[in-house]
Amino acid sequence: MKKQSAGAAIVVVLLAIAAYAAFFIAPTDSKQGVIYRIIFLHVPCAETGLVAFFVCFVANVAYVLKRNAKWDWLGVSAAEVGLVFTTACLVTGPIWAKPVWGIWWTWDARLTSTAVLWLLYVSYLMLRSLLEEPERRALLSALFGIFAFIDVPLVFGSIRWWRTQHPQPVIMGGPGSGLDPTMLRVLLFCWVPMLALMVLLMHSRYRLEAMRGDLELVRREAEAA
Amino acid sequence: MSLLSNTGVLLGKELRTEFRSRELLTTTVIFILMVVVLFSFTFDPTSTDSRRFGAGLLWLAFLFAASLMLQPCFLREQTNDTLSALRLAVSDPFAILLAKLAANTLFLLVTELLMLPVFSVLYNVPVLPVLGRLLLVFFLGSLGVSIAGTALSAISAQARMRELLLPLLLLPLLTPVLVASTQVTAGLLDVAPFMQWKGIGFVATFDVVFLTALWLFGEYLLEE
Amino acid sequence: MKNAADPATAGIRFEHIEKRYGGLFALRRVSLEVGAGECVALAGRNGSGKTTLLRIAAQLVRPSAGSVKFSSNVAGDPSWKPRLGYVAHATMVYDELTAEENLVLFARLEGIANAREIVTALLREVGLMERRSSLVRTFSRGMRQRVAIARALLERPQIFLLDEPGTGLDPEGLAWLAGHLQSLREAGCTMLMSLHGESAISEVATRAVRLDAGAVVADASDGAGMRSILTFAGA
Repeated sequence: MKKQSAGAAIVVVLLAIAAYAAFFIAPTDSKQGVIYRIIFLHVPCAETGLVAFFVCFVANVAYVLKRNAKWDWLGVSAAEVGLVFTTACLVTGPIWAKPVWGIWWTWDARLTSTAVLWLLYVSYLMLRSLLEEPERRALLSALFGIFAFIDVPLVFGSIRWWRTQHPQPVIMGGPGSGLDPTMLRVLLFCWVPMLALMVLLMHSRYRLEAMRGDLELVRREAEAA
Repeated sequence: MSLLSNTGVLLGKELRTEFRSRELLTTTVIFILMVVVLFSFTFDPTSTDSRRFGAGLLWLAFLFAASLMLQPCFLREQTNDTLSALRLAVSDPFAILLAKLAANTLFLLVTELLMLPVFSVLYNVPVLPVLGRLLLVFFLGSLGVSIAGTALSAISAQARMRELLLPLLLLPLLTPVLVASTQVTAGLLDVAPFMQWKGIGFVATFDVVFLTALWLFGEYLLEE
Repeated sequence: MKNAADPATAGIRFEHIEKRYGGLFALRRVSLEVGAGECVALAGRNGSGKTTLLRIAAQLVRPSAGSVKFSSNVAGDPSWKPRLGYVAHATMVYDELTAEENLVLFARLEGIANAREIVTALLREVGLMERRSSLVRTFSRGMRQRVAIARALLERPQIFLLDEPGTGLDPEGLAWLAGHLQSLREAGCTMLMSLHGESAISEVATRAVRLDAGAVVADASDGAGMRSILTFAGA
């Protein structure tokens, strides 16, 4: 419990520093005004979501090969946390787009790919909810998780190619495109608290799943006795 | 027995079973026909619009049809637990998956080829000049749909609400195939048809990547 | 069946087999040895773990812990796997194919040479020659059981696993099956079969083992002992 609180405290401090940097250290963008600062939330969320999904992928492969329930717990924790960050990314995208472009959704390549990513992992969680027996659920969702993750580069690649055929406004440009060096430094720094938050959330979720797993075990043994 | 000969025997069984009843092919063709006709009510199917939307319509119709057609793939092996019999008989379980995905690709292609002239006539889009290249993208796209579809059919067959689950799992996963195949097809259906090899590249890459994944993890898909 | 005689006969050993489904134990540390040529009847109530044990032996299900080892009277390779035959509740054949097509399919998959000849002989053996070109869908329960057994016998198994093989068979069918199993046993086939109570089939067994809640609770090879195991567990 103490480790958890210490971890939470560190994350809060990091987030506070990042917020300060985002608002006061990064210079104002001449064209977009203050709204562009949402980039310091939007991009790190997107990247952190991907990192979480990568952790999920590793956990999935490990479960299929080792069949230890711990990997299943890590997999679902990583997927849920990844989905949270991905949702944040998808919400901040339109919030930025509306004042700047006048429309909520521009079918920008990265945002569209992120939307598909979101759908993939929602499906992963949906699959889990429809499988009752724990070992079946762990194995089959791990296999789907593996297919989903190897699809990710193909999704991003094909959608990017599609958008080059029909150019549309790009949300915030690619990382580092036309960004002032200070802005870039702040952006890179903002990634740190996001990753820390990701670890904190995954850890909590993992412990919850572990407790659920143990409880389920005890309950079934009591029923059988 | 070797992987290839087992696959051949099983493919023969899949084809024999289907051609005996023709249930799958008939219902799939009728479904696509319905989709093609219904879509015409959603926009004005004059020639220029058809060329613009036609590719998307075709591939969406194929995807929806496939997600229905793939349902029985492993469900029919559950009736008499014939999947266990197959697992006992073959030396490499990948043969089971390979045979099914080959059969599914074939069935999809047959329905697509049956639909093509209907689409061409109803929407007034000539397809004969680009038929060869169209067949290439149809083949690679159908292969991708089958590879992913066969794998996910094995997964969803073991879950609740499997009829709804399969499309839910399959459609997002097939995004690269949909995006790239539609683009290539749109180029071919254009007034001045052109081939986009990069798109073909994407679909082919998808096929290779997923076939490899199926080969690596396939036996776990069939586990009890 | 005259082809069943093979120089190598096989035994099967279960070592500390555990199978868990979530928190439910289907099998708890089951250790059992079935010697070459033995015919063991597995008795127990529904849910005692008989089906699970048989499916683990057939290598269709992975145990959560423990292992299954095979032995043969011909010394050699420890990773040697005997030819297994498995008959279950489900027929494990395709309703949409004929009896002959089903058997030829499985024969070809197993790499059996002269598939058609072997299948014809087998069909004659199980008494399905007249109906060989009929779809299995049109068969009665008893006839389907015969196709299932024929399928399992294609490879001339050294170990034959049967899960309640008498279910749904009329007395004539039971007698036929018992006779068949008897000749297999005499030819040296090792058998492990789960049964409910005494019947013509249980007469073939040389030993009886009782499972209860996933554990072995009784094991006997003498007449009285076997009878008590089989009849008690018939409840």
